[in-house]
Amino acid sequence: MNANTENARPKGRRFQLDPKFEAYKGVWVFVEQERGEVHPVSWELLGEGRKLADQLGAVLGAVILGGGEEEALADALEKACEEAIGFGADLVYLATGEVLADYRNETYTSALTDLVNTHKPEILMLGATTLGRDLAGSVATTLGTGLTADCTELDIDPETRSLMATRPTFGGSLLCTIQTLNYRPQMATVRPRVMAMPAVDPARSGEIVRSGFGMSEDDVLAKVLEFIPDEAREGAQLPYAEIIVSGGLGMGKPENFKLLFDLAGVLGAEVGASRPVIQAGWVEADRQVGQTGKTVRPRLYIAAGISGAVQHRVGMEGSDVIVAINSDPQAPIFDFATYGIVGDAVQIVPALTEAFRKRLAVTRAAS
Amino acid sequence: MHIVVCIKQVPDSAQIRIHPVTNTIMRQGVPAIVNPYDMFALEEALRVRDRLGGGKVTVLTMGPPTAEAALRKSLSLGADDAVLLTDRLFAGSDTLATSFALSQAILRLSEQEPVDIVFTGKQTIDGDTAQVGPGIATRLNLNLLTYVAKIEKVDPEAGSIRVHRRAEGGVQVLEAPMPCLITLLEGVNTLRHGSMPDMFRAARTQITRWGREDAGIDDPTRIGLKGSPTVVTKVFAPKPTAEPATQLEVAGRSPADVAADLVERLFDDSGDLERLLLRQAG
Ligand SMILES: Cc1cc2nc3c(=O)[nH]c(=O)nc-3n(C[C@H](O)[C@H](O)[C@H](O)COP(=O)(O)OP(=O)(O)OC[C@H]3O[C@@H](n4cnc5c(N)ncnc54)[C@H](O)[C@@H]3O)c2cc1C
Ligand SMILES: Nc1ncnc2c1ncn2[C@@H]1O[C@H](COP(=O)(O)O)[C@@H](O)[C@H]1O
Repeated sequence: MNANTENARPKGRRFQLDPKFEAYKGVWVFVEQERGEVHPVSWELLGEGRKLADQLGAVLGAVILGGGEEEALADALEKACEEAIGFGADLVYLATGEVLADYRNETYTSALTDLVNTHKPEILMLGATTLGRDLAGSVATTLGTGLTADCTELDIDPETRSLMATRPTFGGSLLCTIQTLNYRPQMATVRPRVMAMPAVDPARSGEIVRSGFGMSEDDVLAKVLEFIPDEAREGAQLPYAEIIVSGGLGMGKPENFKLLFDLAGVLGAEVGASRPVIQAGWVEADRQVGQTGKTVRPRLYIAAGISGAVQHRVGMEGSDVIVAINSDPQAPIFDFATYGIVGDAVQIVPALTEAFRKRLAVTRAAS
Repeated sequence: MHIVVCIKQVPDSAQIRIHPVTNTIMRQGVPAIVNPYDMFALEEALRVRDRLGGGKVTVLTMGPPTAEAALRKSLSLGADDAVLLTDRLFAGSDTLATSFALSQAILRLSEQEPVDIVFTGKQTIDGDTAQVGPGIATRLNLNLLTYVAKIEKVDPEAGSIRVHRRAEGGVQVLEAPMPCLITLLEGVNTLRHGSMPDMFRAARTQITRWGREDAGIDDPTRIGLKGSPTVVTKVFAPKPTAEPATQLEVAGRSPADVAADLVERLFDDSGDLERLLLRQAG
């Protein structure tokens, strides 16, 4: 993307797609899996890809790369193919090879660009995860095509049939739409939870196109010595949490975050935070919600002592219900929250913990 | 050991304001800073050099002539050399064109002294794509090591490097031959203070400036707007979608009453939420 948005090209300039790109048809989603486990962002992208493919009257393809010796892994890959079809793919391209067992930039870039050059999709989407961003940058450079990172909205320009990729810019205060008019495929990454999870239809049918990736381990330069899995910590699950209790500087001091953890405990929720709270070291960095943190989409988001700055808002406004607790009636968070409580969060939060506890006890007793 | 660090000067986005009527960015008076993520890369590069007890750290930036300030800052912290890549023709470059220009400049630097490691930041706060690093590595055929949290070992004899990189759900320990490109995670080191001699040196040094041709770029259609496959076709303000919050009555009520009121409303609105809570909390 162009960092300098003021240099947008003048409107009305004509763009003609180079004839060599006319053969590029269809929408592709890279389905990210590690050790057989598919990252949910891939399903979200298939949902979005389905809409784009229908708009174009084109086929939706899913690409899965993987490999390894174990049988369990092979089964997991087969299952991922079936699931991809259930989530809307017409075609699944499954490429397997021993060197694809662990993610490495070198092998994955090579395998994915090979598939693109063979089957020529017009659009290629990846999740903006650490893996997806690493891969997307290399693939786009190898193919010499345009890539728009962290899109929040995707659409088709009816005039040129090209992808209109919209993303926030300047810290979320503006949006810009970016197009790759003269090159194919048009590439985009989307962060987890930005697009809704589509419904799965197990009865859908589709085709699986299998291929082998022939590179041998001797030809790969980077060696994986070890993989140290993260300890299962709550914060890491933030993007997929159904309920989130978040705190901002208005919580006053780090000790008061305990009140939020108490409430979260009763609700089975995760704890989030605004950026200044992270910067002050009150909680771990992976709890940050917003433009430079995580995008979340819970059923219920409780924001305590958070002003609602645009950089925070873009990360959580997709929540179904937002409850804001803030002592300032003019706080911007009240402009878009579902329910507002003007008051001292340090008093309201424990009261809420109690109220939920009581109410849930009643419901449980009744059922 | 020759290490190149790519840094970018960016507008301090905390201070950017949007004109309320025209919806355009008001850049006037917005101070420029070094992209905060790049300072971690610089510090790590200096540490590698110092740990090996020798070598050279060159900082490279592409930007307007004023970006010289970012290079002087790096010199004052201990970088050995600095190059400013500046040319009107670079204006409007997207990530593909930017990574092309930077990789050409790195090739030139490599001719002077072979480059072993290129560092970039994780991402910029204005471009914010995290793609320039992978782009440079791909063009120069360097081993790409993204999101590196720790450099465990650099072995100049064997020409190899061992790093810990952040992956989904864990940390990958990778060993790769050099030359390589590392994009460094934020927060993994603390920036040093410059020494007096370095500060004097930084103030006095004449910064090398390279235009398009100095960087060995023959084809001007590969840089700037012409070399950028992506086009910004529209810039607009987010539409105010939401309705304001329904405010709960607070006057004269205790926190407990207000809380009970909220819980009732949430459960009345959606029986689903109640079931979800029972399941989650159960
Ligand atoms: C490039 C960039 C990226 C950014 N990315 C992010 C991001 O990802 N996430 C993020 O959150 N921010 C981000 N920010 C920062 C953002 O602009 C705001 O500064 C930040 O969200 C404000 O955090 P806050 O609401 O906790 O603090 P403040 O803005 O200080 O607000 C505190 C709020 O608490 C209220 N309050 C005070 N006392 C009480 C009390 N006792 N009870 C109840 N309420 C009380 C106040 O009325 C106020 O509204 C970013 C900024 C920039 C420039
Ligand atoms: N104009 C530039 N000059 C030098 N380095 C850059 C430039 N643009 C990006 N970079 C480097 O590439 C990294 C990623 O940038 P980005 O892809 O814009 O998020 C940054 O952290 C810098 O290290």
